[in-house]
Amino acid sequence: MSGTAAPVVVGLDELLLSMADDEFVIGFSDSEWTGIAPLLEEDVAMSSLSQDELGHAFALYGLLAAIQDTDADTIAYDRDLADYRHARLLDHGRGDWAMTIARRYLYETADAVRLEALEDGSWSPLAELVAKIRREERYHVMHATTWFERLAATDGEPRVRLVEALLRMGNDAATVLAPLPAERDLVAAGILAQPFGTLERRWRAQLAPTFDRLELPMVPSLSDPMRARADHSASFRWLHGEFTSVRALDRGATW
Amino acid sequence: MVMSARLTESSVLAALTEVPDPEIPVVSIVDLGLVHRVEVDGDRLRVDLLPTFVGCPALDAIRSAVEERLASFGPPVEVTFSYEVPWTSDRISPQGRSRLRESGFAPPSPSGQRTLLDLDVPVPCPLCGSRRTVLENVFGPTQCRSIRYCTACRQPFEAFKPV
Repeated sequence: MSGTAAPVVVGLDELLLSMADDEFVIGFSDSEWTGIAPLLEEDVAMSSLSQDELGHAFALYGLLAAIQDTDADTIAYDRDLADYRHARLLDHGRGDWAMTIARRYLYETADAVRLEALEDGSWSPLAELVAKIRREERYHVMHATTWFERLAATDGEPRVRLVEALLRMGNDAATVLAPLPAERDLVAAGILAQPFGTLERRWRAQLAPTFDRLELPMVPSLSDPMRARADHSASFRWLHGEFTSVRALDRGATW
Repeated sequence: MVMSARLTESSVLAALTEVPDPEIPVVSIVDLGLVHRVEVDGDRLRVDLLPTFVGCPALDAIRSAVEERLASFGPPVEVTFSYEVPWTSDRISPQGRSRLRESGFAPPSPSGQRTLLDLDVPVPCPLCGSRRTVLENVFGPTQCRSIRYCTACRQPFEAFKPV
């Protein structure tokens, strides 16, 4: 099964929405570092990374918009707070630099596993987009890994803050790879290579040697899959108010 | 401007060599390898382009520039963007590479690298030619550019990011 018409697969909408919301929320949150990052180079890096993430979100919302006969801006900006489906990992507010790096590291490594499971999928519009996105995301993984290792290896405040950040995100760490309610259909249709449970185990197996070597507290496995993309925090309420503020002033405003 | 030029795929492609990239105007969208397909079918003219980056903010500007340049051919121009094949920096033509170099941008090294160390292959300085250059920041002023520094002529310069 291949082709550009959207296949009638239960779960395709929620897959696209969860991925797009993840990229949108992390892109929007991290763009706040522009101008106030610890180094000038990181002002540039975080701006560029965020621009990539928002671009990926726009393209994924675009695929969903074609299926739902609407447009990307409407999906991105005109939903109630409760209808956003990003992972709770991204719900902890910007925090300090260690928090940002810990979150980026967990997110980017998990997202890489997810993208790998989608690149050879049977629905070509998504598979082709994912192939392109992976080429860009490889720089994101490099960036997050370099900083994560650097903070972990620097005794004193950087390491203390990194460990605090990992503990604070705790049970939300693995939410990016939480099972989706209708994922069996996605696997059956050949859109997703393996169920998310398998992807989460693969991700944790990839992280384990790094966490061992750096003597960091290993992230816990997913404990509450039903809540992984729901029940968003007060800090997301604030972010939602920020990114919908222009649309609230001017209904027709475009991206 | 060529008025009512004969409408063929090669005449359209030739016209597109006159459309500059909005972010790096020394190279055309053809030299950058953005043009994936040109279709001329009776009264239909369709150009399929490959975005360099998914979130490239210049896509609307590129679309308008292509429509404007091809308007004189007559039929309505349909410009689409697709990911049918991923754009990679290996698609930049030899002419595009020398134009980048002449205007102070280092052309991209091959796109196959997997790690930061692989990425730090010597990139000759576009200003003095020295290979004693270092990677300052993988991320630069646009999504497709990195920042490097030449320790020989002590100038920062930009390099096209290999993707």
